[in-house]
Amino acid sequence: MSAPPAEPAARIELRQERDVAAARIAVSRAMDAMGARALRKTRFVTAVSEIARNALDHGGGGVLEVYRLERPLRIMIRCRDEGPGIADLDQAMTDGFSTARSMGKGLGGARRLVEAFRIESRPGSGTTVEMEAKP
Amino acid sequence: MTVAPTTELSRLLREDFDGVLDAWFATQKREGVRRPDLFSDRESRRQLSDLLRAFAEVLARIDITEPVDIEADVWSELRLALSEITLVRTERGVAPWEMTAFILALKQPVFVKLNESLSGTPDRLLSIAADFGRIVDALAMHINEYFIAERDEIIERQRAEMMELSTPVVQLWERVLTIPLIGTLDSMRAQEVMENLLNSIVEHSAEVVIVDITGVRVVDTQVAQHLLRTAAAVRLMGAEAIISGISPKIAQTMVELGVDVGEVTTRPSIRAALAEAFRRVGFQISRIEDSRV
Repeated sequence: MSAPPAEPAARIELRQERDVAAARIAVSRAMDAMGARALRKTRFVTAVSEIARNALDHGGGGVLEVYRLERPLRIMIRCRDEGPGIADLDQAMTDGFSTARSMGKGLGGARRLVEAFRIESRPGSGTTVEMEAKP
Repeated sequence: MTVAPTTELSRLLREDFDGVLDAWFATQKREGVRRPDLFSDRESRRQLSDLLRAFAEVLARIDITEPVDIEADVWSELRLALSEITLVRTERGVAPWEMTAFILALKQPVFVKLNESLSGTPDRLLSIAADFGRIVDALAMHINEYFIAERDEIIERQRAEMMELSTPVVQLWERVLTIPLIGTLDSMRAQEVMENLLNSIVEHSAEVVIVDITGVRVVDTQVAQHLLRTAAAVRLMGAEAIISGISPKIAQTMVELGVDVGEVTTRPSIRAALAEAFRRVGFQISRIEDSRV
C-alpha cells in the first residue's frame, strides 16, 4: 500500500477493548470536523469498529491511524497489526466465516459500509486494512 | 588525595545546608513555582528542608557515579518525603508541572555552589554536576510517575463507577421491565447487562423486557451479537425481549453488515415498544373520557 499523504489526524494504539471505543470516538470527531453526514458517519464508524476489533482480537493488538484526505475531501483510516495474518483472504471476507465464535460478518460487512477498502495480509507478517469514505 | 564525588556532594549539603536551602528556595521563587498563595514561606521551607535532609542522608550512603535506582531501599525515606510533599501540594492545587519544576529547581543552586568549591578542577566539577543532575532528574521523573499512577487510579475507579451506573433495570409496569443502554456495549458491559436483566426477570416475574438502545451510537456485529444473545437468554427464561430505539441510520447499517435479527421483536422507539409490551401482558392505554388535552 502506498504511503499515507499527510500526518494522521489521530493515532490510536489498540491494546484492549476500550481502545476500540477510543478509535470510534476519534473517527467520529474527525468526521464531525469535516461536516460529515450522519448516515455516512454511522456507516464508517461501524466499519472502523469492526476492523479495530479484528486487529485486537485476531491480530493481538495494533495501531489505527485516521487521515483527512483533500481533493476530494475524504476520511481514511489505516489499521495495522502484527498478528498471525490471514491465510485465505477470500475466505475471511466471506460472510459467516469465523475463526472465533463471532458472526463472521465483520470484514465483509466493513467492506460493504465504506467506499474504498484495501486489505493486505500475509501469514506471519500481520494485516493492514485501509478504508475510505466521503464525509 | 582526591575526595570521592559522592563525599564532595554530601559534604556540601552537610556544611552548607542552609545555604543550599536558601538558594533552592530562591530559584523556586524566581521560576514562579513557590506558590506563596497556597503555602506560607515557613511551610515551604519546612518541606524543602525535609526533602533536603532526606536527600543528604541518601547521598551519604550511595555512590553517585552508579546508575540511580529510586526504587531501592536506600531511597525509601526520600521517596516517602517526596510523596508526602507532593500529596500536600497537589491537594492545595499545585499542578504536576509545577511540582516537577519544584524539584528541578534544586539543580542550579547546587551547580553554583559546586562551582565555587571546584572551579580549580573543571573535570571533577563537570562529572559531579552531571551525576547530580542525573539524580535530580530521576527524582522529577519519580514524581511524574506518581502523578500518572494516581490519575490512572482515578480513571479506573470512575470506569468502575460508570459501569455500575450504566445498567439499571427499571420496572415499567407489572411484568414489564426496561433496560436503557447508553454508550458502548463492550463484552464486559454486555455480560453485566445480561446478568442484571436475567436476575430482574426472576425478581419481578417479568414477561416482557424492553432493551432500549436509543443511547447506543454504534451497533457493530459484536454489539448485535450481544443483543441477540441477550434476547435468546431472555426467551429461555420464559420472557420476551423487545429491542427498541433502532434509528434509521443504525437499521441501514445493520442491513449492510448482514446482521439478521431473526425472530427478535424490534421497535423504532421505546414508546412503540411499550405499547407492544402492554398488549402482550394484557393492558391497554386509553384516554380518560372528558379530559381535555
